[in-house]
Amino acid sequence: MKEKRKIGRGVCVVGAGMSRFGMFPDKDSKDLFIEAYNEMISSVDKGVNPDDIDALYLGNFSNDYFVHQAHWAPIIADAIGHTPKPATRTECACASSALAFKEGVFAIASGFYDVVLVGGMEEMSKCSTEEVTAGLASAAFPSELVAGLTFPGIFGVIASAYFSQYGCTKEDLFNITIKSHSNAVLNHKAQIPFTIRDIMNQKIERAMKKGTPVPHWKDEKEFLRDPKANPMVAYPMSLYDCCPISDGASCMLLVSEQMARQFTDNPLHVVGIGQGSGAGLQGSGPLTSLEATKQAASEAYKMSGFKPADIQFCEVHDCFSIAELIDMEDMGFFKPGEGYKAVDEGLTRRDGSMPINTSGGLKCKGHPVGATGIAQIYEVWEQLRGEAGERQIPNNDLRIGAVQNLGGTGGTSSVTILERR
Amino acid sequence: MQEKKPLSDISYNQFLNEEKLMGAKCKKCGAIFIPPRAICRKCHSRELEWVPMKGEGTLVAFTCIAIGPPFMIAEGYNRENPYCTGVIEMKEGPRICARIEGVNPGKPDSIKIGTPLTVKFLHRGEGEKSKTYLAFEPQ
Repeated sequence: MKEKRKIGRGVCVVGAGMSRFGMFPDKDSKDLFIEAYNEMISSVDKGVNPDDIDALYLGNFSNDYFVHQAHWAPIIADAIGHTPKPATRTECACASSALAFKEGVFAIASGFYDVVLVGGMEEMSKCSTEEVTAGLASAAFPSELVAGLTFPGIFGVIASAYFSQYGCTKEDLFNITIKSHSNAVLNHKAQIPFTIRDIMNQKIERAMKKGTPVPHWKDEKEFLRDPKANPMVAYPMSLYDCCPISDGASCMLLVSEQMARQFTDNPLHVVGIGQGSGAGLQGSGPLTSLEATKQAASEAYKMSGFKPADIQFCEVHDCFSIAELIDMEDMGFFKPGEGYKAVDEGLTRRDGSMPINTSGGLKCKGHPVGATGIAQIYEVWEQLRGEAGERQIPNNDLRIGAVQNLGGTGGTSSVTILERR
Repeated sequence: MQEKKPLSDISYNQFLNEEKLMGAKCKKCGAIFIPPRAICRKCHSRELEWVPMKGEGTLVAFTCIAIGPPFMIAEGYNRENPYCTGVIEMKEGPRICARIEGVNPGKPDSIKIGTPLTVKFLHRGEGEKSKTYLAFEPQ
């Protein structure tokens, strides 16, 4: 069989919106989606008439569990006045909305629709930490769960294999955490818009106010080494290796390439789409790589004609610090076992040769699972249009950005490549 | 003797209750899987048969978990009392996830990848709620 990786007609992103991410006791999923939707509508440079939106694809992992309400596509469709037009929910764990994006692209590429709204949302913070841990765990494989594994546990297992194989240590992972925090401080929508140094100062101030013993740390790494400040969750994953529990929503307007200039003079072209599946820890490949990501990347590179070296920056799925390393290597940006050295050398910083997670990543921006995929693409939208403000990557010729979004323990992975022409 | 049970997770768990660790072998390409599979991942053959596993392997990756799922919390595990779980590469080739006993989860640095392990069956609960969990411990 001849491999073919082309879509029927070109598709562009012409509008995008993202709610603030965080824990919001006073906001529900509808409120958060409307926040993202309102921004999306005003982001379309030449305007959009909501009547022209043909269909909605909505990513949501498990509001069924988190707030005991399912069937969210029509609820959101009604909230934005989209009924009676079609509304479909996509679910692939934490990759749910990247796949809503993909379905929207395919629907336009097929010629059936011209204008499609894609989005995602999740409302997690109304549950206790234990409940969220159990809800997220349902996205792992049964054979992993019966062994007592949790999500931090599964990525702890992967980290132990990576450490043993490549000589990387926990100290190297600290560099990822410190970088994510220093990017997030420039992102006003991030859940944790603080540097590690800010957090150290907050803790010192709090202790002084309370009159309790004032902690002292020489530097950020000493803070991260302190088990009181940074307790173990699942060895070797500590608190600051893990993304937070979040509420949030994101959405984008997709249109056919022929129509894009009716909406904006600055559209982004969807040049690469890819998806893969994997068998989790009991698959047959190495534990330090995810076959689903390799498959997704290979499809997206094939469709776009680009190589890893052509990608100028990327948002990868850093649900845990170790995941950022594995993702970057599976995307082909660095050789297996070389990712952590690249981080140590500063190559993945905003001013490095391969900026990774300029948004602050899932770690600091937040990870409302169903919203994450399109929220990652939202960062690429802002960067490629030069609208990222203080976080703007210092490169005058920024044209090609990519996103990798992971679902479960490698059960699903998705890659999207956008180009500004 | 040829095992007649269907190649399913339910049968696999029934064997565990009897302290038998059973995998599936592809009759066409010889690949071995545990838990068992009805369809071969390697060659897509649907002709697989039960094969008893030796119950010996090597620790290839692990974690020590402080915040576990409800059924582990019920066993008394918590921040002060973490538990170890990991991935074992069986002598016959395939990998399996299982709990690791006989190590010190409070001192993860003392747990070594490459440690040879032997199977252990953990029986939990009574009557209809009884369940057997797979574990391994150092030889």
